Amino acid sequence: MKRFAKLFNELDTSTSTRSKVDALKRYLALADAADAAWAVYFLAGGKPRQAINSRVLREFATDASGLPDWLFEESYQAVGDLAETIALLLPPPTRKSDGTLAFWIEERLLPLRGRAPADMLAALRGYVDELDAPERFLLIKLIGGGFRVGVSRLLITRALAEHSGIDAKLVAQRMIGYTDIAMAPTAERYLSLIDSGDHAVADGHPYPFFLAHSLTLPVEQFADELGTPADWLIEWKYDGIRAQLVRRAGKVWLWSRGEELITERFPEIVERARTLPDGTVLDGEILVWRDDAPQPFALLQKRVTRKSVTANVLREAPAAFMAYDLLEAHAEDMRLRPQGERRTALEKIADQHNVLISPRVTGDSWEQLALLREESRNRGVEGLMIKHLDSTYRVGRTKDANANWWKWKIDPYAVDAVLVYAQRGHGRRASLYSDYTFAVWTSEAGTNERALVPFTKAYSGLTDEEIRKVDAAIRRTTIEKFGPVRSVTPTMVFEIGFEGIQRSPRHKSGIAVRFPRMLRWRQDKPIDEADTLGTLQSLLVAPSTLSVESGSD
Amino acid sequence: MTEPPLIVARPQGLYCPPGDFYIDPWRNVDRAVITHAHGDHARPGHASYLATTSAEHVLRTRLGQISLQTIDYGEPIDINGVRVSLHPAGHVLGSSQVRVEKGGRVWVASGDYKLNPDATCVPFEPVRCDAFITESTFGLPIYRWDDSQQVFADINTWWSANAESGRASLLFCYAFGKAQRILSGVDASIGRIVVHGAVEPLNRAYRASGVALPPTQLVSETDKADLSRALVLAPPSAQGSPWMRRFGDYSDAFASGWMRLRGTRRRRSLDRGFVLSDHADWPGLIEGIGATGAQQVIVTHGQIPVLVRWLTEQGLDASAFETEYGNEEAGDAEVGGTAVPESAPESA
Repeated sequence: MKRFAKLFNELDTSTSTRSKVDALKRYLALADAADAAWAVYFLAGGKPRQAINSRVLREFATDASGLPDWLFEESYQAVGDLAETIALLLPPPTRKSDGTLAFWIEERLLPLRGRAPADMLAALRGYVDELDAPERFLLIKLIGGGFRVGVSRLLITRALAEHSGIDAKLVAQRMIGYTDIAMAPTAERYLSLIDSGDHAVADGHPYPFFLAHSLTLPVEQFADELGTPADWLIEWKYDGIRAQLVRRAGKVWLWSRGEELITERFPEIVERARTLPDGTVLDGEILVWRDDAPQPFALLQKRVTRKSVTANVLREAPAAFMAYDLLEAHAEDMRLRPQGERRTALEKIADQHNVLISPRVTGDSWEQLALLREESRNRGVEGLMIKHLDSTYRVGRTKDANANWWKWKIDPYAVDAVLVYAQRGHGRRASLYSDYTFAVWTSEAGTNERALVPFTKAYSGLTDEEIRKVDAAIRRTTIEKFGPVRSVTPTMVFEIGFEGIQRSPRHKSGIAVRFPRMLRWRQDKPIDEADTLGTLQSLLVAPSTLSVESGSD
Repeated sequence: MTEPPLIVARPQGLYCPPGDFYIDPWRNVDRAVITHAHGDHARPGHASYLATTSAEHVLRTRLGQISLQTIDYGEPIDINGVRVSLHPAGHVLGSSQVRVEKGGRVWVASGDYKLNPDATCVPFEPVRCDAFITESTFGLPIYRWDDSQQVFADINTWWSANAESGRASLLFCYAFGKAQRILSGVDASIGRIVVHGAVEPLNRAYRASGVALPPTQLVSETDKADLSRALVLAPPSAQGSPWMRRFGDYSDAFASGWMRLRGTRRRRSLDRGFVLSDHADWPGLIEGIGATGAQQVIVTHGQIPVLVRWLTEQGLDASAFETEYGNEEAGDAEVGGTAVPESAPESA
């Protein structure tokens, strides 16, 4: 535990990639496999099922700190992190522990699951008395389910590769599924990440996803930067769930980009894929597909959130797998073949086996393609994907400029809205008012009795500097506090961008938006000039924004 | 029947009605009693100033030509029939609590204070009183300071490691008070100590006041070769400024009570955060307030509602004054957020 706490501290206080990789390598060299298994698991984002729920954890913390509930709550609001609050509030330990990370997790934390709250509290009291503040912080983090420390999966992969001398691409592939909640990390699983054997990956194992970069150039510069459109595979950018479909050993597996196995949620996709030959892996998008067109993401969400797939849901939201790349054919890894060759092979498989593939979009010039891109909203897509015909299929979101996979998204919807509520953030934004609720006017300026009606929250899009200024303004203009939330005198206008909009009877405004964020702070704009509910409603007309409740219109 | 208060909050600042003088006023007044020389407590433009003797050099460094009367700690004077004396607050060099007494009643305004040891100023001295006006900058139990010797040892370790790998050690800290406390605490044998132009005038004032500090030099007086082993003290405002370019490869850190929280450390994108404050931590506030024996406590700048509620629950008569203090650690305020005084009026 001490060694892991030291590693965590080194990772947490360093801003350089090199020194993070070095710290990881130092740790891996010293830790035994059972410990390294858990360390890699947690740092790669793994979360075991929560051993103790946060209510019990809070009760424990309040009790152990000897503070009244309200003061614990005030402290938590200032810190923005339960584990850190606990670590800061508890009295110093009276004992010491040399227990390893694996010991703490396997012998102490995991057995607590399902025990009576009173037993948990008693056990925790004893545990924290053996740990210093940094170790306590980690222990509580691990209980609560993982943490963020500014270490990417790519970075851990690199450290594992450098530590073991195994090729990073192979490590990346073996890492897939390592953090699956259903499988606890073990020394054996850890060692199989980095052993030098040429063992085949498990049956249903997918490949690491290759991710595209955003293309933000003006279209006039495309020809200079990208050359002619004829060198590129151009497709619509669908708004669904990125997934890999693996067909091997007579079975089908469906993996999300979050490396979650989602096979069971999409029986109709699995059924259709049974005609594929063994040794086929497709990269593509899961969509709700009807009348030869993609349906709004909100419908797909039903398929994800519902636990059981009923006949009703299957009828209302029929899903399809839209393939756009071929990663394995005839049990052969295709990823290093050029994009053009993979596409040709994919088209052939699609012909023979009833696979839905993403159609090619063609145009003589980038300007012509830009015009086509304007049709995106009507087609229910997010823009265009541009992939160089020579590009190989790589791992993750590569940093170098030759990535050759670009997403050319349409501009988001945007309205100007007024900040009306604020809440303190977490993590780096702890104690700063960084999470806001925005409102629009119920009617045009000059009309009587118009009011502001909240329609969305947004957290991202501002620079740290802007957040500090907005935070100060919120403190100056507070009207009332409700727990962690403040209502403020409306003074600030922000341009809010979002990707989709639909009717929602559950919201006061009657509207729900998708992926809202702050595009910019309109310091030039008085609140009277913010947009109205009418502006939002006019955006509802586009066909890509069909109401979720089919037939309710 | 309640007796009239000896200190009230007026738009100009804290005011003693029978003595007709202000304490740390933020608007221009005739007579100002100054607790310490930080910018939000000692402002220019008053007709006359009263402070303790050891504050003179720093006060003049910051405010230039002022009409200043000084008295020693504990030396009483009479102002319009009110007995006024100044007592060590332990915050920075020359920091005082203001004790006012009339008709057998005693009120004390603390200014800013801390109970932790500090080699550059006289330690906090509890003063028995009926009513105590306290700051509350770090008025949450999450704020508990480590032993300052340990913090200096951590700074030394960081500095040595950087020096060995040929990198300058840039330590951001408030130019008055914190910088000198660090200077007096670090191991000057590790390398040269370079200070930003905003820090050196205060160093001179400290030395003129008899506080021993290790030798310091400006960047312009330092060979480039020496910079790579140097400890560099600069105000937080220098972070990201062109002034930083000359250091090439460096490690940076910030010394402040706000560094207690991981969020504020990470927000700064610095290599290190050293938890070192010139304000009382939570146990310090509780102990400091308790030691006065005051039954009435008035809370100013910082965590007002929290401290008022806590003290009320302990059976004290606690309430709040709204002040315009709390900006003296301007750099910290940017980081902490909570340094901005709570604007909600509070009484309990």
